[in-house]
Amino acid sequence: MADAKVIPFDDDRSRSGAGRRRGTLPGGGRDRTPPQGGPAPVSALPGGQVPEGAAEAAGGPSQDAGEASVSGWDRRIAGGLAFLRRRLTGDYEVDEFGYDKELTDQVLMSMLRPLADKYFRVEVKGIENIPSDGGALIVANHSGTLPLDGLMLQVAVHDNHPAERHLRLLAADLVFMLPVVNELARKAGHTLACAEDAERLLQSGEVVGVMPEGFKGIGKPFGERYKLQRFGRGGFVSTALRAGVPIVPCSIVGAEEIYPMIGNSKTLARVLGVPYFPITPTFPWLGPLGAVPLPTKWTIQFGEPIPTDGYPPEAAEDPMLMFNLTDQVREQIQHTLYKLLVQRRSVFF
Amino acid sequence: MLVTGAARQLGGRFVRRIQRDPGVDRVIAVDAVAPEHQLGDAVFVQADIRQSAIARVLAEHSVDTVVHLDVSAKALGAGGRTTVKETNVIGTMQLLGACQKSPTVQRLVVKSSTNVYGSAPRDPAVFTETTPPKSLPSGGFAKDAVEVEGYVRGFARRRPDVAVCVLRFANILGPQPDSPLADYLALPVLPTVLGYDPRLQFVHEDDVVDVLEIAAREPRRGTLNSGTFNIAGDGVLLLSQCSRRLGRPTVPVLLPAVTWVGSALRTIGMTDFSPEQIRLLTHGRVVSTVQMRETLGFRPKFTTAGTFAEFARSRGPGLLPPERVGRAVGRLAELPIGGGGQAGTTHSTHGAR
Repeated sequence: MADAKVIPFDDDRSRSGAGRRRGTLPGGGRDRTPPQGGPAPVSALPGGQVPEGAAEAAGGPSQDAGEASVSGWDRRIAGGLAFLRRRLTGDYEVDEFGYDKELTDQVLMSMLRPLADKYFRVEVKGIENIPSDGGALIVANHSGTLPLDGLMLQVAVHDNHPAERHLRLLAADLVFMLPVVNELARKAGHTLACAEDAERLLQSGEVVGVMPEGFKGIGKPFGERYKLQRFGRGGFVSTALRAGVPIVPCSIVGAEEIYPMIGNSKTLARVLGVPYFPITPTFPWLGPLGAVPLPTKWTIQFGEPIPTDGYPPEAAEDPMLMFNLTDQVREQIQHTLYKLLVQRRSVFF
Repeated sequence: MLVTGAARQLGGRFVRRIQRDPGVDRVIAVDAVAPEHQLGDAVFVQADIRQSAIARVLAEHSVDTVVHLDVSAKALGAGGRTTVKETNVIGTMQLLGACQKSPTVQRLVVKSSTNVYGSAPRDPAVFTETTPPKSLPSGGFAKDAVEVEGYVRGFARRRPDVAVCVLRFANILGPQPDSPLADYLALPVLPTVLGYDPRLQFVHEDDVVDVLEIAAREPRRGTLNSGTFNIAGDGVLLLSQCSRRLGRPTVPVLLPAVTWVGSALRTIGMTDFSPEQIRLLTHGRVVSTVQMRETLGFRPKFTTAGTFAEFARSRGPGLLPPERVGRAVGRLAELPIGGGGQAGTTHSTHGAR
């Protein structure tokens, strides 16, 4: 279709267009019509790009702006109703992990997008390091008390990548024990962080996101912000090696400050059965209001991919190589974090 | 060939099918009760596999292939959980003991279930034949199936000359359902676990009969039919999708309360809401069928969704048939605000500029 030079520009504008549309739409959050608008049944990929291109072609000749917007509305309502009908009659597909592409594209993503675009103003760098096809393992730092960084990463990859790739996140088992959360996580394409699932996803050519720090990273105190914790046992490296996919290191700046965790109530955590119970300057003192994240400015940088296809098959069993590669990934993320922190003007802008 | 569990729907179908096979001389159908359906030319022997009489039957007819289908979650007719468990476990032990003594037996096919994997939030999303279960089923049919498979493995060790095939079936659905899940789906209103939407897989009864035939015969060229195989239709359905496609409304119930609702339903005899059933309806279960395709060389005719559509057709419409819901949405579209979409016009976001 369009060549590589055009796509980022086009994509960028489509995003700003989406933002503008939300601005003019009162109660846009409730609206179930797809933000991509237009032909809802098609996937987001053509939906996001084809109408833009077509409009460009048709927009030059004198087309009445008012009429176009009315028909756009009709289209959107018709699309929304078709969507509603499919949802209510159960006529949609999910994959073996329970990933519901339609729901993710049309509802979940459009709920998260304002948070990414308007609230955290996520700036994405190095998106070209994620391949356009085939599997890849994105390894990111983890922070922020609540795993908002994972969700923002998912939106960032989908909205900025020219191929609109869907990130499949690997989540802790706690996610799949909690009611409602587990249902939404599965439908958004997340699955349990275990070697079997990761390998299955990578081998079917998906982009998989993993945060190997786990609870150690997300639940670390504010004083240790941007200090990478131990990267698990490096299982992600052997999984990537076995699947022969590149590892893309990813550094997320800004998530550390959304909930500055100044304390951790171990007793409450044990009572509730969670790994930590955060105490921030506002939570739990202000109740639910205290759970509103601070509007920090985020930067997500994808680094140079580390290829893994040059190794012999038995390399995945070599602990020394695993440790070396894990350290290499970790160093690269840590280094980029420091670089981004130096460049950052302020936490909030 | 000897087939156990012939009084059940599935057993009966398999007996009728396999006797048409030219390579099969004689079919001996065994069950503790007389079947209601026709078994064709098969010899029906009323024998309880829990008794040692089964060894005599094996010897008398010099059986070469044993197809053990009498491993079920539900009692046939009257009889509680104890009878089912005894038939499953003690019956299998007796049958395997008889097979071990018999010099003529060359092939053993056992019907098992994907229940052996259990379902837990810490399990991988897709089970392969080698995935060890994170939480072993603590009771009910799942535990029976685990024990049956254990005895079968023991038998395979002691009689390496016998080809043993264990088929782990996903939830079997057919026109005459014979499983707790089918009973559950027949409820007018489906109680679900609040905040969980399990992934389910189904396999059609026709496919079950087909794959049993493959397993009971000599393997075809390039395939191997001894070992353990998951059998399921392609694809996955969520419980919410199932209920919508059936047109049956759901009532989400909090997880602790589900047990009470379950026992209440069990008391009035509507369905067998066992703990393992509740776990399935909480966390779901999906198995990989790569081995079934590549090693066993079997391709099911029905996908999971196809199986379910057949099942939904045989059950008749529920309280909220999908067609009516679709029409209701259609009427919504005919309201003045949604009408008259000019289909030809290109949708343009730039029009708002």
